Amino acid sequence: MSETAIKINDFVIRFANVNGTGSASANTMFALSIFRMGVPMTAKNVFPSNIQGLPTWYEVRVSEKGYLGRRDGVDIVACLNPQSLAKDVASVLPGGYFVYDSTKNLHKEFIREDINYIGIPMMEICMREYTDPRMRQLFKNMIYVGALATLLNIDLEVLKNVISDEFKKKPKLIEPNIFAINLGVSYIKANYDYPLNIRLEKRNLVGNKIVINGNTACGIGAIYAGATVAAWYPITPSTSLVDAFDKYASKLRIDPETGLKKYAIVQAEDELSAIGMVIGANWNGARAFTSTSGPGISLMSEFLGLAYFAEISTVLFNVQRTGPSTGMPTRTQQSDILSCAYASHGDTKHVLLFPSSPKECFDMSANAFDMAERLQTPIIVMLDLDLGMNDHLSEPFEWNENRLYDRGKVLNAEELDACAQFGRYLDVDNDGISYRTIAGTHPTKGAFVTRGTSRDEYAKYTEQGDEYVKNMEKLTRKWETAKKHVPDAEFYQEKSQNKIGMLFFGTTLYPALEALDMLKEQGIFIDAMRIKSFPFTNAIDNFIAEHEYVFVVEQNRDAQFRSLLVNELEVNPKKLVKILNYDGMPVTADCILKQVLPKIKNHI
Amino acid sequence: MSYIKPPFRHPDLPINELGYSKKDYEGAISTLCAGCGHDSISGAIVQACYEMSVEPHRIAKLSGIGCSSKTPAYFLNNSHGFNSVHGRMPSVSTGANLANRDLLYIGVSGDGDSASIGMGQFVHVIRRNLNMTYIVMNNGCYGLTKGQDSATADEGSLSKGGSTNLFQGIDLASLAMELGASFVARSFSGDKDQLIPLLKAAMSHKGFAFLDIISPCVTFNNNLGSTKSYDYVRDHMETLATVDFVPYQNEITLEYKEGQSKSVKLHDGSMLNLHKLNAEWDPTNRKSALEQINEFKDKGEILTGLIYIDQQSTDLHSLIKTSNQPLNSLTEKDLMPSLADLELINDDHR
Repeated sequence: MSETAIKINDFVIRFANVNGTGSASANTMFALSIFRMGVPMTAKNVFPSNIQGLPTWYEVRVSEKGYLGRRDGVDIVACLNPQSLAKDVASVLPGGYFVYDSTKNLHKEFIREDINYIGIPMMEICMREYTDPRMRQLFKNMIYVGALATLLNIDLEVLKNVISDEFKKKPKLIEPNIFAINLGVSYIKANYDYPLNIRLEKRNLVGNKIVINGNTACGIGAIYAGATVAAWYPITPSTSLVDAFDKYASKLRIDPETGLKKYAIVQAEDELSAIGMVIGANWNGARAFTSTSGPGISLMSEFLGLAYFAEISTVLFNVQRTGPSTGMPTRTQQSDILSCAYASHGDTKHVLLFPSSPKECFDMSANAFDMAERLQTPIIVMLDLDLGMNDHLSEPFEWNENRLYDRGKVLNAEELDACAQFGRYLDVDNDGISYRTIAGTHPTKGAFVTRGTSRDEYAKYTEQGDEYVKNMEKLTRKWETAKKHVPDAEFYQEKSQNKIGMLFFGTTLYPALEALDMLKEQGIFIDAMRIKSFPFTNAIDNFIAEHEYVFVVEQNRDAQFRSLLVNELEVNPKKLVKILNYDGMPVTADCILKQVLPKIKNHI
Repeated sequence: MSYIKPPFRHPDLPINELGYSKKDYEGAISTLCAGCGHDSISGAIVQACYEMSVEPHRIAKLSGIGCSSKTPAYFLNNSHGFNSVHGRMPSVSTGANLANRDLLYIGVSGDGDSASIGMGQFVHVIRRNLNMTYIVMNNGCYGLTKGQDSATADEGSLSKGGSTNLFQGIDLASLAMELGASFVARSFSGDKDQLIPLLKAAMSHKGFAFLDIISPCVTFNNNLGSTKSYDYVRDHMETLATVDFVPYQNEITLEYKEGQSKSVKLHDGSMLNLHKLNAEWDPTNRKSALEQINEFKDKGEILTGLIYIDQQSTDLHSLIKTSNQPLNSLTEKDLMPSLADLELINDDHR
């Protein structure tokens, strides 16, 4: 046995499971119990592109300080998968614990001197207690959850409440699950000293926060925003976004009298069709959206160019995964920055939003629909797999019941009658945004042909170079207007002395803030900025100008965000220092620190 | 060629029941070649809509890319139009229809647009039985890029340059039948007497109405040896029935000999009176209709007219149970759940 320092509410536990064995719900209940003990935690599901049989991991980080990013190193591994045993043993930090099924003896080669082993004969207990093979499999999960709860000092009452809530709709399952939990609890109590030196204590640190994933948050945001049409094509990791929209719409958007739906969801034949439907529905005055991931963005590109050029509001959620090509479909990355910012041929630019938390997903999802109609252009909400699919501790969702949807510049029949001459692409207000009409508004006024071909201000086809240029300049003016509508950057640690800055976006927020704290402990103070949108606002330009150099932290190989900054703001590329992580796992504070520290010490 | 359309119309121009003259249904002047079959079809659409007394702004016209897809600019100036991207008119129409189920949707496509680049979308819009009239202006070639064979060109058909098409032609009408389209007709741009009632019937049909209209390309595919030339189509065109469209407002009973006529009631109450030439064929029976289409194909003839209609057809909205009120007319009051609902959602995640 190795010496283990006492760690209260500060550890990482990793469950090594076999995909498709029901472990996911058991692991989620474990994590939720920690949250309900008032202790901040974050959970990451590291899963394969597979339905059944391949290794899958679930990682829970517990942090009293509230750090919600992934952390390097694992303190406890609960290994339920012989396939990954060697790797799992190797992953435990010295002094950590390795919890395993001791029905069979652990082979010598898996014994390390510097970690502690806790064997629980899980299969043996299951064979004794259950006859049905499926039950043996499912309840084995609950047995290890019970055992770990005891080892880690999880309040059993809290755990039992979580189980009761989980099976609210199938109450018959509550008792057997609690029975299985108790099997694990009893075994530990009879055979081991508990709790471990690494353990939990109740706190009151989560307030009224919620635990939810970003995809669900976006789906709910779309409902509150009044989205009525969702067209999509299944693709990991974005599928659960439309699933969530469907789930909540079927509760909140059914006409009680007729039973009919105040929304439509169509599973398209491919991503081209999905975005086509969304553009058609938005053109015809409904709020419509689709969600996809990198390969879908590639397919949607032609249509995105149409929506940009013909000026049709469109909302698109891109839950980024590891590319290029099929890449690692179940791993995270922020690698569609350039393909989204400039999606489609010709001169195109798209408004991007970068949420960092589920609360922001909810807000940005709702705001995206207003922004799309206000700006009459596609708005792409850029999540990543980590934000979209993993549960995050988040502020609760808020909504103003008096909020009115901003439908932008739409003319009704009376306004058309009052207007001298309607021109769909006239820049009446000199902000690059023209007035539009929706089909069916007026019998003789306001009709026009929407087209991807060049046209004049009255929507008539033209190949006149000057008309084309006038139109492109109008779109540039609109881009400037967009800067007033997108959320501005957020700043952290504004008063530094050494002229070093750091910028990041999306899920990099969590490890970046932790890395900044770690630097502070070493007496290094860095200004930091989180960018929430593209186009880049003046504040972003100023922040870069005010610093000698700025670390740009992002999760892709080619520093795409940095390229976008260089291209759009005409910054000297030498000022922007790449800090990258692109192995498909969420970036950690250690990873940032390892790259940043030597550069600071050597003055780059 | 004319470059502008004079706005002047005779003051005594007849008007339809809604008080609109034909002028109210016309479009901009066509930029297609003189004699193009597509312009005749545009004319037929104008005539059909005028005669049916549809309010022009209650129609939406959508298209993809190609000569045919340019035509929505040349008819129905008072209707919103959408000239989208190549082969993707079906998806844009689907979205538009989802947003507002109350408009009449006319989709215009070509043989390149539907049978090649857009084949996937063509197939799936049929499968969803979207409530629309889908017109393929079929000339067997790519006009805008100077006459390459398209996927509907018949095997053995000669091009203007003298080369023989080696590949089997895709018959979109047969395909639509196989895919379960609820209304399938074929016509010829040069036969307005047949085309106009078919257009009216298609627009009155609830669900997906497909019209494959052979529309010769005068510039690139009107030569001897082409199976899509004016002469060839006129010589080989056969029909199973002549069609009268009788709007429900003034339904009349016509006397036809037993066995030679069949009346088909359309969704909106209109009637189609078919003066049948072939007693074997039942246009409301998919199997019978498919047999006929194949029989004519084997004889080297082009079967035109109404081929099949499903009178019980519903549409996508009925299948997915969307509200009767168009989705694009719903407001905050209809769409925004309450704060209490949001609080429940928050609580469910604690």
